Amino acid sequence: MRENKNNIELLTERVRTGEMKASAIVEGAVKAAETLNKPLNAFLEIDRTRALVSAKEIDARVLSSNFAPVLAGVPIAIKDNICVQGMQTSCGSRILGNYHPPYNATVIERLLGAGAVVIGKTNCDEFAMGSSNENSAFGPVKNPWDVTRVPGGSSGGSAAAVAAGIVPVALGSDTGGSVRQPASLCGVFGLKPTYGRNSRYGLVAFASSLDQVGVFARNTLDVAQVLRVIAGRDLHDATTADVPVPDYAAELTGDIKGARIGLPQSLFGEGLDSEVRVAVEKAVDIYRELGAEIVDIELPNAQFSIAVYYIIATAEASSNLARFDGVRYGFRAENAPELRQMYKKTREEGFGAEVKRRIMLGTYVLSAGYYEAYYGKAQQVRSLIKEDFRRAFASCDAIITPTSPTPAFSLGEKVDNPLAMYLNDIYTVTANLAGIPGLNVPCGLSSQRLPIGFQLLGAYWSEPTLFKLAHAYEMVQPFTERPPVYA
Amino acid sequence: MPITKADVEKIAQLAHMEITAEELKIFAPQMADIVAYVEQLNELDTSNVQPALGGLTPEGEATDSSRADETSPSLGQKSALAEAPDPARGHFRVPKVL
Repeated sequence: MRENKNNIELLTERVRTGEMKASAIVEGAVKAAETLNKPLNAFLEIDRTRALVSAKEIDARVLSSNFAPVLAGVPIAIKDNICVQGMQTSCGSRILGNYHPPYNATVIERLLGAGAVVIGKTNCDEFAMGSSNENSAFGPVKNPWDVTRVPGGSSGGSAAAVAAGIVPVALGSDTGGSVRQPASLCGVFGLKPTYGRNSRYGLVAFASSLDQVGVFARNTLDVAQVLRVIAGRDLHDATTADVPVPDYAAELTGDIKGARIGLPQSLFGEGLDSEVRVAVEKAVDIYRELGAEIVDIELPNAQFSIAVYYIIATAEASSNLARFDGVRYGFRAENAPELRQMYKKTREEGFGAEVKRRIMLGTYVLSAGYYEAYYGKAQQVRSLIKEDFRRAFASCDAIITPTSPTPAFSLGEKVDNPLAMYLNDIYTVTANLAGIPGLNVPCGLSSQRLPIGFQLLGAYWSEPTLFKLAHAYEMVQPFTERPPVYA
Repeated sequence: MPITKADVEKIAQLAHMEITAEELKIFAPQMADIVAYVEQLNELDTSNVQPALGGLTPEGEATDSSRADETSPSLGQKSALAEAPDPARGHFRVPKVL
């Protein structure tokens, strides 16, 4: 079976037993990344030399100590807004361009400590702002299922790299759905953990109260194993919570009898593609057959989530992106002999259209006279959305929804209409506003052979429940289809 | 509240961003659309609702994020300046301020 080739457990077992060298595994991944970058544009940097040096070190470590760490020799791709020392961090933006951070993000330190090998940095929407990857300053990523279509965004490069079989796992970031939505459009698993589950130190900030590093993989177990490595308290990020990290894999028993899954019927109406609706309803039926109890729930304020999100996210972005001023790092405009002029020219030439639009929206909603009407109001409605979930989780263990209202759309289709683009996030933004975890599970292909996914949402720290439910589904409905562009 | 070109120009000033005439023409109606969309929140009566502050979970709020006030190794001058567009004698150099 082809899928098993990249399963973390099989890979690390081969490295541990000496059946396969980490360097051979990493060489294969690097080669696939290089070859498939022409059709996909998934990577902004592939570091062959460094990846092979790291892999050889792991081989030597295994040989000398007879010990293999949990991710020994696992090749991994990292979204280009997460700092990896020695590699670039461009955030898909011209304003950072060839920036090389002098430190590792905490999640990277933990992955490296567990023996994972970073093979490259993946393409993304500029500063993670977008739902199609078309906002990258370095060209869009193409969907491996159909290269005329978007992979979703903003972590489209990481989603495409996993879907195309280049790497078994990749990291992305999820501020309003930027892991789950591309996971859905590319047919892979994608997790946004509970806010504070893992560290944001070294993740370039977009909207700090919403951002969370997330994981892509082709099965639940791989997501669970990587989360276990990266999760937990970090003194460099005061928003990480002191909550124990469980052994997620131990939860994957397959037995979900009696689990209560909430079904918000009101979210299955207008704007939802009929094939997506049918596929997700079929998944609900399968859960029922597996012994879960399906409970009707209401999320009365979910309809306001996009409006709340685009006030809060842009407000936080306008503040976070003030640091890009051409002084300490990145690009500085030429021919600007005066300081203020240098700031303005640098930001005009360095940022792309969507980032400018969001910085300006954020500046507007925070400006004198408007703060209460927009930002204050949005934070109040955010409280109502949190309360909706608190009430819903009193009667169910998880909630099922579509992840994206449609399968992958065509490149260029929505690029001139920002509001239509924002509505792609309708099912995903609520989790970021409430701080709860969400997981995309692939559940089939459309008539045009494009992946469809459903989303499981859970209460705070309920990742074990989400994994258990996803795994049980996967056991009876494995997603074994492969895209035409595949390693 | 409709957003005019003059508003967009003022916002760009506040955001320290130059915008071109071409961008102004595109951004003004797009921002007006988005602002009109988010104003649907006015339908909701929130007079008795406390605003959410940040994204923390109850467990996150309960986590003590203070630490002992002790120095620890940091980047250092050389490394901190390594990516600067115009470093000079151990400093970040900027164009004249006045």
